[in-house]
Amino acid sequence: MNPAISWLVVAAVILPTVLGSISLLALRHRLALSRLVSIGSCAALVVIAAALTVHASGGATESYALGNWRAPFGIALVLDRLSALMLLLTAVLALAVMIYAVVTGVDRKGWHFHPLFQFQLLGLNGAFLTGDLFNLFVFFEVFLIASYGLLLHGQGAGRLKAGVNYVVINLVGSTLFLVGVGLLYGVTGTLNMADMAMRVAAAPPGDQGLIAAGGLVLTVVFALKAALVPLHFWLPGAYAATTAAVAALFAIMTKVGVYAIIRTGTLIFGEDAGALAFLTGPWILPAALVTTVVGFLGLFAARTLREMAAWSVIGSTGVLLSAVSVFRVEAMGPALYYVLHSTLAAAALFLVVDLIAKRRSEHGDALTVAPRFQQSELLSGLFFLAAIGIVGLPPLSGFIGKLLILDGVRAAPEAAWIWATILITTLIGVLAFARAGSRIFWQSASVEGAIPVRALRGRRGGVVVAAGLLATLAALTVMGGPVTAYTEATATQLFSPQQYIDAVLGETAGGRR
Amino acid sequence: MTMELLVASAIAVLTAAGVYLVLRGRTFPVVLGLAFLSYAINLFLFAMGRLVINRPPIYDKAAEAYTDPLPQALVLTAIVIAFGMTAFVVVLALRTFLETGTDQVDGREDGEVQP
Repeated sequence: MNPAISWLVVAAVILPTVLGSISLLALRHRLALSRLVSIGSCAALVVIAAALTVHASGGATESYALGNWRAPFGIALVLDRLSALMLLLTAVLALAVMIYAVVTGVDRKGWHFHPLFQFQLLGLNGAFLTGDLFNLFVFFEVFLIASYGLLLHGQGAGRLKAGVNYVVINLVGSTLFLVGVGLLYGVTGTLNMADMAMRVAAAPPGDQGLIAAGGLVLTVVFALKAALVPLHFWLPGAYAATTAAVAALFAIMTKVGVYAIIRTGTLIFGEDAGALAFLTGPWILPAALVTTVVGFLGLFAARTLREMAAWSVIGSTGVLLSAVSVFRVEAMGPALYYVLHSTLAAAALFLVVDLIAKRRSEHGDALTVAPRFQQSELLSGLFFLAAIGIVGLPPLSGFIGKLLILDGVRAAPEAAWIWATILITTLIGVLAFARAGSRIFWQSASVEGAIPVRALRGRRGGVVVAAGLLATLAALTVMGGPVTAYTEATATQLFSPQQYIDAVLGETAGGRR
Repeated sequence: MTMELLVASAIAVLTAAGVYLVLRGRTFPVVLGLAFLSYAINLFLFAMGRLVINRPPIYDKAAEAYTDPLPQALVLTAIVIAFGMTAFVVVLALRTFLETGTDQVDGREDGEVQP
């Protein structure tokens, strides 16, 4: 591998580790400096991830053996188109969220916001890069532990209550993760995903039952992270209770579950796995369709804008996983495009809702009629854009994403179900957001008086960041051609896992198959 | 055969106790349940390297055969993480009790209805 690229791959994990530690140990009482370090780290990660994405777009799969212990004995970091794309998405989102947190002063509301944020990025980047199943567990734990701290940031009774539920359910998820990893290790004798793919493909029929059980237990864990029905109950409470900046960052957390489902589903249980090929698809698809319906219906059950944003995260994950679970190359490309869109759109919605809630002072983000608040024209415009982004109306990228998904699943036998679900839930989403928007902005416009203008920290800055995230949705639309070309190439790469296996285990391994 | 039976039933009992306790309504039994679950998983991971006796995990001149060292390393990692997380949950549960005045997992007293 090109040494510069291998440096960059490791830097994506090392940089947040080192800067997070410095920020924790040396900069505890120096807010200005730790802010500078955090923003610098996020900006550097954007540059690194962009460079890696440009490199990966050439089609090469790069493997970096940590400590120079050769796979399958050591742990390998693997860079392919999918992991590069996820790194870039994480970095862009993290930079926007970090700037928002700094300009609105969220990071002042408790200790250790900056170190926790960096450790969160460490865990996320590591999870996207690692080629080892147990290491994936460790990185999951790293970002979960950081997320516990971030979720509770600022404290308060409601947040602690949601925090207990979130922590307990994720700890149960972690134990299940170990059961799955243990089962797969017990049967295949390896933890390296590339090596495991080969062993699964060569497994005798007697072992296939246990392998299938291990794979499905892992899928339950990933579905829990992705908040797939019936494992979604933790999400609305947790995302609605935490600070907006953290909720916006957590938009990527459900996508880690989706990433892990895609990675294990196409690599370990890929086409070559014989009877076990794509075994998770038939289980995920019905759950994903129900998730889509529940998520968009939940918009009507929400009592606050924040809860609406949380439910829309569930709904969009459902749409995403219905496209993923057919495990077809022509549906995977659109699904990956939708990953980019739904993450950024959900984050933008969380931030816009927060801007509205702050300006409505004691009315907050409750779906009630209240007097006019400052900047309400501007914010109604932003809310409108975020809403059409998240439900998938033109001209923003959600529309393109859903259109491509509908086109991509056409050849699948379950196409009718997916089409009906996506089209009907989109209508439901439009109605729910129209109802919320008209109550918050139009009905409120006719109320006498106005909510007094308060001196808000980051009054302009917050709006600029939220508008910036919405601009990325517009950019995804304008750059639709190159982006879909990249995601389609990613899908093709995912469905020919031999390249990944060769990159990790060396060319010689290819002949063993 | 007896050893397999013993280990397997120990894992089963620990898991059953853990699942039962995790489903309780108050935070203290839930924390205990998580601890039981992590014990069960540690034993389970250990057993995934196959049960053998009197064999060293790493290099030994006199040894003829070895036991699988990897699950032992995995169990160590899992123990560290589970231990840290249990400590964290205890503190979190205590803090929640002090802030909300109840140790119910959903933060509501028995019979209290959601507003």
